[in-house]
Amino acid sequence: MSRVFVPGDALAIALGADAVAGALRNAGAEIVRTGSRGMAWLEPLIEIDTAGGRVGYGPVGAGDVPALLNAGMLNGGAHALSIGRVEEHPWMAGQKRITFARCGVVDPLSVEDYVAHGGLRGLKRALEMGWQATIEEIIASSLRGRGGAGFPAGVKWKGAAEAQASAKYVVCNADEGDSGTFADRMIMEGDPMALIEGMAIAAFAIGASQAYIYSRSEYPHANATFTKALAAVRATGGLGPHAFGSNHPFDIELRIGAGAYVCGEETALLESLEGKRGQVRAKPPLPVHQGLFGKPTVINNVLTLATAPWIMTHGAKAYAEIGFGRSRGTMPLQLAGNVKRPGLYETPFGLTLGQIVNDIGGGSASGRPVRAVQCGGPLGAYFPPALFDTPYDYEAFAAKDGLIGHGGIVVFDDSVDMAAQARFAMEFCAIESCGKCTPCRIGSVRGQEVIDRIVAGEKRDANIALLQDLCRTLKLGSLCALGGFTPYPVLSALRYFPEDFRRDGAHSGGKAARP
Amino acid sequence: MHKAWDSVAADRVLAAFLPTQDQLLPILHALQAEFGCVAAEATQYLASKLNLSRAEVHGVISFYHDFRREPAGEVVVKLCRAEACQAMGGREAAEAVLAHFKLGWGETSGDRSVTIEPVYCLGLCAAAPAAMVNNAPSARIEPARLIAEIEALR
Repeated sequence: MSRVFVPGDALAIALGADAVAGALRNAGAEIVRTGSRGMAWLEPLIEIDTAGGRVGYGPVGAGDVPALLNAGMLNGGAHALSIGRVEEHPWMAGQKRITFARCGVVDPLSVEDYVAHGGLRGLKRALEMGWQATIEEIIASSLRGRGGAGFPAGVKWKGAAEAQASAKYVVCNADEGDSGTFADRMIMEGDPMALIEGMAIAAFAIGASQAYIYSRSEYPHANATFTKALAAVRATGGLGPHAFGSNHPFDIELRIGAGAYVCGEETALLESLEGKRGQVRAKPPLPVHQGLFGKPTVINNVLTLATAPWIMTHGAKAYAEIGFGRSRGTMPLQLAGNVKRPGLYETPFGLTLGQIVNDIGGGSASGRPVRAVQCGGPLGAYFPPALFDTPYDYEAFAAKDGLIGHGGIVVFDDSVDMAAQARFAMEFCAIESCGKCTPCRIGSVRGQEVIDRIVAGEKRDANIALLQDLCRTLKLGSLCALGGFTPYPVLSALRYFPEDFRRDGAHSGGKAARP
Repeated sequence: MHKAWDSVAADRVLAAFLPTQDQLLPILHALQAEFGCVAAEATQYLASKLNLSRAEVHGVISFYHDFRREPAGEVVVKLCRAEACQAMGGREAAEAVLAHFKLGWGETSGDRSVTIEPVYCLGLCAAAPAAMVNNAPSARIEPARLIAEIEALR
């Protein structure tokens, strides 16, 4: 009987994928649990291997299974839920999948499957080229840190490689706390071995033998899958004294955070790994010189590390050739919130925000006009449709007082209350502040109070000026992006949606206005 | 699920770890898994085992949202309060669920059957609003359906 690919991705499970897998198994089908293709509105999206490629059906409920089997699904038969060949689906065909090439395709726990789909070739080439040439390759690819800051990854590696120390570390930042982002989770659940290979390449390049991955307690499925993937790689000799058959010892330890957003900030993450409060460190010293346990440390996001194997396999030029401006390569866009086609869409930099929201995302899910789009997580600016011509690029977004961050794009329709969103940004900052910098710790509380007064109509002009001044203080007086960037959502809401701060009468709050 | 603090049982949990400060988070997770919370007694206990001050241990326990000082209810519901869920009516859904159980954020019902906690992103933003019920993810939640699921578990 043919094999049926059923996503084991947390989002697919949340939408009933386990029940679908159970129903198929009961019917005698052989099930392979994969990651997700990223088409969230089609999940659970199950796939069948046919002579012409993978054919998909979705969204499938457990109750659809008998009818699908009757329709000859196991041979790719026609059915109302069929989306045809998955690779030819417009959403898939429009993408350039590099980091996510295997996600949703392979069995994430099979080393054999990973190798059959091009895995471990990048590491092999890196070992052949040597550490210096590997770093030069990453520098030449222009790969920038995908966590949000966009710092050139190869330059970071070079700094750590050249530092003299008795021990060095590679740390993978998988503390994906930004609302509207889920790419790290999808890699950990769909192609964890690419991340393991990327960490091995980084460790080899800088001369580290121990790596840590710091994930979130909010991601139990990702952590379980990654743990199993580590065991599978270890069983084939990939981890240990002669990692992947080399002369280099290498191992990875998974650590789980404890619900602190600020631990996604790299120095707070290092403190947390050391067993301390997740409080931000002042820089310098930079982590590449004094990082984990005071040793030179490369700390990179999941996507950055998971992309390194592709670059080492296909060469820096192939990666650097695509992209826009100084943003080279692809970005896995994560479309979320009130959008018709939410999900993960990997594409070269340079599409406009309007193309992303309207053409790829299909506009709002509610059918109402799109009013605001928050890019780059809870610390990112709210852009109105008037800015939809902004190209998706680190510098172009920065020029419009925004950020692309980790690639999250959250769409809101016209029922959104932007004063409430601005207040939430301050509230979130207050809840998650590590407490080290006064503007962040105290200013975020005062910010909520000032917004409340503005909305209540108390000395509006004076309080708006006060809010702007407070935001300046947060921006300039905070060590990290939590306090430093909370002004982005607040000030953008104030700038582009001033009417929401100047409503007369009782403040409606939230979505009370939704019909 | 909940067990009273017992240093012999704690010793058994600790045996799996090196007694060093960098193990503190994994140890706290393991103790919470064993006892259902990180009890007040754990502070002094860990300080002496890991050669830290009580202030250091207390500082860590109180810093992280995950560590509970008293056990949660039998059913732990985490409702996402972050932006992507807000964009899909998450605020209203959360209010309806809280109102049904007559609970505020972080509170446990009188019979200790349900705890409702806020969470800021479950990574299920492409099927918002999202929740997690005893570690099982739930997406595109509707208050009535979620309430029924929780009621069935309590």
